[in-house]
Amino acid sequence: MGRAVAIIGVGQSKHGKRMDVCYPDLVREAVVAVFEDSGLTPDDIDGVVSGTMPSMMEGVAMTHFYFAEAMQAVGKPILKTETCGSTGVSTAQTAYYWVSSGMADVVLAVGHEKMNEGDSQATMTTVMEPFYQKYFLSGAPGVFSMQSQGWSVRFNIPEEKVREAAAVISVNHHDSAFDNPYAHVKVRLTVDDVKNAKVITYPIRLYDVCPNSDGACAVIFASEEMAKKLCKKPAWVKGVGYRGEEQFFGDSDKAVWPSAVGAAKEAYEQAGITNPRKELDVAEVYNPFTYQEMLFYECFGFCDFGEAPDLVLKGVFSRDGELPCDPSGGVLCTNPIGATGLIRVAEAAMQVTDKAGARQIPGAKMALAHAMGGIDQFNGVLILGSEL
Amino acid sequence: MMVKEYKTLETEVRLPYRLAYGETWTRFFEGMKEEKILGCKCSQCNRVLVPARSFCPRCFIDTDEWVECSQEGTLVAWCLTNYRYYAQPIEPPFISALINLDGTDVNFLHLIGGFDLSDLEAVRKKVKNGMRVKAVWEREKRGHILDLKYFTPV
Repeated sequence: MGRAVAIIGVGQSKHGKRMDVCYPDLVREAVVAVFEDSGLTPDDIDGVVSGTMPSMMEGVAMTHFYFAEAMQAVGKPILKTETCGSTGVSTAQTAYYWVSSGMADVVLAVGHEKMNEGDSQATMTTVMEPFYQKYFLSGAPGVFSMQSQGWSVRFNIPEEKVREAAAVISVNHHDSAFDNPYAHVKVRLTVDDVKNAKVITYPIRLYDVCPNSDGACAVIFASEEMAKKLCKKPAWVKGVGYRGEEQFFGDSDKAVWPSAVGAAKEAYEQAGITNPRKELDVAEVYNPFTYQEMLFYECFGFCDFGEAPDLVLKGVFSRDGELPCDPSGGVLCTNPIGATGLIRVAEAAMQVTDKAGARQIPGAKMALAHAMGGIDQFNGVLILGSEL
Repeated sequence: MMVKEYKTLETEVRLPYRLAYGETWTRFFEGMKEEKILGCKCSQCNRVLVPARSFCPRCFIDTDEWVECSQEGTLVAWCLTNYRYYAQPIEPPFISALINLDGTDVNFLHLIGGFDLSDLEAVRKKVKNGMRVKAVWEREKRGHILDLKYFTPV
């Protein structure tokens, strides 16, 4: 590892269907918020990292140029990071590398998306290899549904149990969204509502799936020296991990998922974590699909393979459980994709600095933030802590 | 409070592309015309990879041994797509699936079909991971992945 790095400010736009603002103004909402939160000004920033989904999402290419003013990047070095769904975590990790390397002291990371202006699943299809696979993967829901279906059968989990656990996750997250002023979808659901909703890609139903959101998130990373000087209560980056797989969907095991297992393992090793369920106080797992969230619990070592649905039903991962997951309501309730991973990082930082308001997990000191991207191809994990 | 409606711009981005298949994909799709599913064997890890590849992704060496793969295999995972998006290449509902073709070491992505998909409960009873499936071909071929119509339960 290089130099110690901390998060010294976070900012989010209001997420939702934001046809009331043009895209740069939406980005600026998050950037204004991060300067308010940190007390810094654009002059304090050494460099800017921007992240988004492919240009096909909004029909404007090179959006980091489009947002130069909104991100206050004029006169500064600027980088773009693009790893599909994991973009937000990659953007955070790029900012981390930049500061950790010693080449910059204070870096602004910004993630953004306006999903309601285009067609998100048609955009996903442009991410797929064009000769063969794109015919069969039917956007993100098709990919994640097939993965989850294969996982549940592999570990002999009865279909009804998975469906019940998925519904409990959905109800919990939708309830939590009411405690998050930035969340997009705010609706009270019952387990039966979720279980009986319309099928999107069987076995996945409507309330098992995230929305299309517009939103932006901004996070400021600083060196140890600058963090101690500029911030009373920084969130320290304790570990980062990132792993990829082959672009051929059928080439790797998506149930015991190498990139998810590997990314978490790398981050845990750096953070000195050996028993994540005990040592983590809260996790912001990238959960656009309820079924897939359980698969992540297992890949991240929160429990054994095949065990997640039982533990969900016992409340282990609920707000008052042993390891609360996604108290923000998660991706399931808010998904402006290029911002989504960075929102996980921002929420984790707020948790370990006791700034998460009504969704605060009392006494949280160690948090995991995660995002996944591509055709089930990439996973990235950060561990944040309240102590250096 | 009334939410004020602002203007929106209706626009589209349309660009033509001509994507090069290269030698390996070209031969694979020529195989489709002959009702063959072609793969390649890596001489280092001995894995049979399908569809055919110019190199083994793990050993990073050229794959020079071509293999005609079995047209039968075992269902590994599936999902039924029942929603639409812009320019969707296949009309829903359809079943995407990962199939382990006999004698190969990766899963082959394609469709499961040949029966009524309108009744979800009937589909659930019929489609089971681990079941045996076999390739069904279109009569007219165009050197395309959909020359292989779908896999159907044996």
